[in-house]
Amino acid sequence: MADTHKLEIFRGLVKFKSNTQKIWGVLIFLSIVTAIEVILGIYKPEMLNGHFIGMKILNWIFIILTIVKAYYITWDFMHMRDETASLRRMVVWTGVFLICYLIFILLQEGGYVGSVFTNGFVKNDF
Amino acid sequence: MNTTVVDTGTDEKTWGGGKKPLNASYGKLMMWFFITSDALTFTGFLASYGFSRFKFAEIWPIADDVFTHVPFIHGNYPMIFVAFMTFILIMSSVTMVLAVDAGHKMDKAKTTIYMFLTVIGGFIFLSSQAYEWTTFIKGEYGAVGTHGGNIIQFVDTDGNRVALKDFAIGQPVDRTQHLNKNGLWFSSESSLPSYTIDEVVAGFEANPNLLVKTTYVDNATGHKTILSRNESIKELKTKGKNVVEGANLVQNEYGPPLFANYFFFITGFHGFHVSIGVLLNIIIFFNVILGTYERRGSYEMVEKVGLYWHFVDLVWVFVFTFFYLV
Repeated sequence: MADTHKLEIFRGLVKFKSNTQKIWGVLIFLSIVTAIEVILGIYKPEMLNGHFIGMKILNWIFIILTIVKAYYITWDFMHMRDETASLRRMVVWTGVFLICYLIFILLQEGGYVGSVFTNGFVKNDF
Repeated sequence: MNTTVVDTGTDEKTWGGGKKPLNASYGKLMMWFFITSDALTFTGFLASYGFSRFKFAEIWPIADDVFTHVPFIHGNYPMIFVAFMTFILIMSSVTMVLAVDAGHKMDKAKTTIYMFLTVIGGFIFLSSQAYEWTTFIKGEYGAVGTHGGNIIQFVDTDGNRVALKDFAIGQPVDRTQHLNKNGLWFSSESSLPSYTIDEVVAGFEANPNLLVKTTYVDNATGHKTILSRNESIKELKTKGKNVVEGANLVQNEYGPPLFANYFFFITGFHGFHVSIGVLLNIIIFFNVILGTYERRGSYEMVEKVGLYWHFVDLVWVFVFTFFYLV
C-alpha cells in the first residue's frame, strides 16, 4: 500500500522520498499558512483594509488561505490525492456546489435584511 | 452453484458488477459520504452565522476584542490561544496520519504510539475549548444592555476597557434573587448581576474620565465608536436598561445575543465532534493494542477513523477563520 502514495505536492514542484516525509512537509506548510493568518489577524495591516468585490482584501486573504489549508488536509492527510478521480469528484464537487449555493443564498438574504435595518424605517437602537 | 452470483456476464465493464470501480472499500466510501453530509451540516451552521453577521454587520463584535485570554497569563493577547488550539489539532491530525501510515506497514508498535499521541492531542484540544468557554461565559468587564438589545461598554480616555466593578458605586437595594422556595414553586430566576443599573450610572457620573464604547463599528478605523463624555452620559441614561455580566443564551456583554448563541452552538457542535472522535480513537487504540487488526490482517479501521479525525480538523480550520479572523 505504502508504495501507491503520490508523493508530489505543489504540482510536482516538491517531491518527497517517502509518505512519512510528505506528512511532515505538509505539516510545515500548514503551520506556515496558519502563522501568516495569525500574524495578519493580530496586526491587521492598514494597506489591506481596502475593499475588493464587496469584501475587505484582508478577509479575502483569510478565506483563500483557509481553502488552501483545507485542500492540503483533504488531499494529503485524508489521502484524497491517492483516490480514484471519480471518488474524488463525487465527494468534492457535490460539497463545493451545495456549499456555494447555500452561502450565496444566506449571505444575499442577510445583506438584504441588514440593509432594511440600516436604511428602512426600523429602529433597533433605543 | 458457485457461478450463479459471481458471473453476471458483464465482466469487462467497469460498473458491471463484481468490481471495485472506486478502488475503495465499502466502509471507506461510507465514511466519505458521511463526511460530505456532515460538511454540509457545518456549512449550514457557518452560513447562517454569516447570515446573522451580515444582518447585524454594524454591531457585530470584533473577535480581537472578545477572545483575548491566555491561561496563566494576564493581559490582552488576541489570537494567541486559538492559534495554539489550531496547532494542537493540526498536530494531532499529523500523528493520526502517521498512525495510518504505520498501519499500512503493519507496524503495530508505531501505530499504538501514534494513536496514543492523537488521543492526547484530542484531550488537550477539548480542555482548551473548556477554558475558552469558561472565560467567555464568565466575561471580564461587564456591560450595560439597552432597551433595543444593544450593548454599551465602558472605556477610559485612553480607550482601555474598564470593568464595572472598578467604578460602580454601591447603593442600598431591596431587590433580591427570586428563589422558588420563597414564592411560586415553579418560578425562579438566575442569579442577579453584581450591580444594578443605578449603581453603574452613579459610578459613571462620578468618574469624569469614563466614556461609552458603542457596538457600532467606525468604518474609518475598523474599531468600535467611542462617544464623547456628554454623549456618553446621554447614551447611558436614555438607553441603558440592565447590567450584563458574561454571556448566556439570552444576553452577553460582547454584542448581539446571536453572537454568543452561534459561538456556543458552532464551537459546541464541533467540540461534540471532537469528543466523539476522541472516543473512537480510544476504541481504535485499544483494538490496536489487543492486536485485533493484526489478526484481521488489515489496519483499514485506523484509516476510516482517521478520515473522521481529519474532517474534525478540517472543520476547525473553517471555524477558526470565520469566528476569529474574518
